Amino acid sequence: MNKSDQNKYWKTNLKYVAILLSIWFVVSYGFGIVFVDELNSIRIGGFKLGFWFAQQGSIYVFTILIFVYVRLMNKLDAKYNLES
Amino acid sequence: MDLQIWTWVLVGITFSLYIGIAIWSRAGSTKEFYVAGGGVSPLANGLATAADWMSAASFISMAGIISFNGYDGSVYLMGWTGGYVLLALLLAPYLRKFGKFTVPDFIGDRYYSNVARSVAVFCALIVSFTYVAGQMRGVGLVFSRFLEVNINTGVIIGMVIVLFYAVLGGMKGITYTQVAQYCVLIFAFMVPAIFISIQMTGNPIPQIGFGGQDVNGVYLLDKLDGLHRDLGFAEYTSGSKSKLDVFFITAALMVGTAGLPHVIVRFFTVKKVSDARKSAGWALLFIMILYTTAPAIAVFSRTNMIETVNNKEYKNMPSWFSTWEETGLLSFNDINNDGKIQYLADPSKNELIVDKDIMVLANPEIAGLPNWVIALVAAGGLAAALSTAAGLLLVISASVSHDLIKKMIKPDISEKGELVAARLSAVVAVCVAGYFGINPPDFVAATVALAFGLAAASFFPAIILGIFTKKMNKEGAISGMVVGVLAMLFYMLKFKFNWFGGGTKEDWWLGISPEGFGTVAMIINFIVSIIISKFTPDPPLEVQEIVTNIRIPSGVGEATHS
Repeated sequence: MNKSDQNKYWKTNLKYVAILLSIWFVVSYGFGIVFVDELNSIRIGGFKLGFWFAQQGSIYVFTILIFVYVRLMNKLDAKYNLES
Repeated sequence: MDLQIWTWVLVGITFSLYIGIAIWSRAGSTKEFYVAGGGVSPLANGLATAADWMSAASFISMAGIISFNGYDGSVYLMGWTGGYVLLALLLAPYLRKFGKFTVPDFIGDRYYSNVARSVAVFCALIVSFTYVAGQMRGVGLVFSRFLEVNINTGVIIGMVIVLFYAVLGGMKGITYTQVAQYCVLIFAFMVPAIFISIQMTGNPIPQIGFGGQDVNGVYLLDKLDGLHRDLGFAEYTSGSKSKLDVFFITAALMVGTAGLPHVIVRFFTVKKVSDARKSAGWALLFIMILYTTAPAIAVFSRTNMIETVNNKEYKNMPSWFSTWEETGLLSFNDINNDGKIQYLADPSKNELIVDKDIMVLANPEIAGLPNWVIALVAAGGLAAALSTAAGLLLVISASVSHDLIKKMIKPDISEKGELVAARLSAVVAVCVAGYFGINPPDFVAATVALAFGLAAASFFPAIILGIFTKKMNKEGAISGMVVGVLAMLFYMLKFKFNWFGGGTKEDWWLGISPEGFGTVAMIINFIVSIIISKFTPDPPLEVQEIVTNIRIPSGVGEATHS
């Protein structure tokens, strides 16, 4: 693998990480903590939405984020022939 | 069959299973002992990581803590799961590519310094010992309540079992027993949750059930908020901690999780980089099942308990009430002498004291579930405590035999000698852990927060900077770790142990609790590392080459110790 490919690969990886971590931050610190009171005025069934994000939603999103990263990186590895 | 017999049968079966697996998967080499030979499948590693991670605290205490703190309990739910995203995206793949046995290995090699390695070993030992004492206590608690043996006998039985499979099997034995332990613990956690969810809301899925309605069509959470208001507690879904503190505690737990050596080391056991990412995903999926059920159990048990005891005649209490009174974890003091139990927020009028740890264990009894379900919870609690204890003991023994003896004191030690040293240190570690289980220091509860704070203040920044910057040098990393750890220790000792003049809640800096200070200490570590590294020489070229190399997943070597 040459230097410029290495750089491109690493840049794309960093871009994925930045996007996914922003979502990670928004659903937990944003929805579950900072804006919890505002979201609590919205209800879904018996759940206040902010409370639901803090105790349920954020955890589901975390799990999905990791599997999305796995998929993205497997594709990226394949593009640069880095599968071992 | 009565509860006692059911418990012995289920605990007996699960323990024989663990021992059977240990005999089948004995470790023959240091590589098998430290990283299970490095060929564990992502799915099996995910299961093992989940069991490794979910301790007596997750299984026994967490739902109880949430039950008593409502929304404020969210810090544990988000904090102890969100760290896996950091692990999967920022740490696990690169550490796997690096391909060594332990976390101090990475710190020592990346920062080309035995000082850095020693600081890492020191942190790994403190973090792991703090943690393991709590696990042994959990084992003792379950034994004494369900099998009516003395709490110390319970700790010793637990020690013997862990000793057997951790010493014999090393990481290989631990991995496969953890897979079995995950199955036991998740089954034991889910069965009563599903039963109670059906009982209270008619919905078999607890995650949906606790947002549902009771038989009168009232939403369960609204009912609980109402009960809390009537009794003078903060509303269940709102909580009472400051937002800033909730933010900092959550961050400290997330970053601490990602920095815990016994979790990180599990990702050294898979074959390749993509497997490390994948197994982090599996691990969080398996953890998610328990962590999204816990808040449901918290709501069910809180509502059930308040409705069963509040303003009811003491003499009409069901039999579980007196059994738990005998353990001292539940106590009633009839202040106004009316023969009824008043459960209130106001301490001068409240007549009932409930330890949070009994919520999960007593919940099936409170709900009147069959004996086999109650016995199952006991077996599950033991599985959770033993699996975590074993993972921690392995980190301790590897820190001593590999990082201290092989890497620093006696580099020419033979493979066989190192394996003997690893097993001996595991034996010593089990005995120390057992000692703390039998004579628990008062500070166990306080120090669990310290364990996360220390992991956040030490390992996390050093590893992240080691991967994502090429120019981070040993001077920067070492001073960052030392200053971070000292800041954490200072704050903890000041506010938890009253050293350095002590202080109360009002004196907390910006209102940040000692539990949340790990985040501040981590930020301090990052800042110190970066500043110092700007004024000191760059790391040698071959070290910068290592960094380039770990960023590329292909050509992964097997985990080695050379």
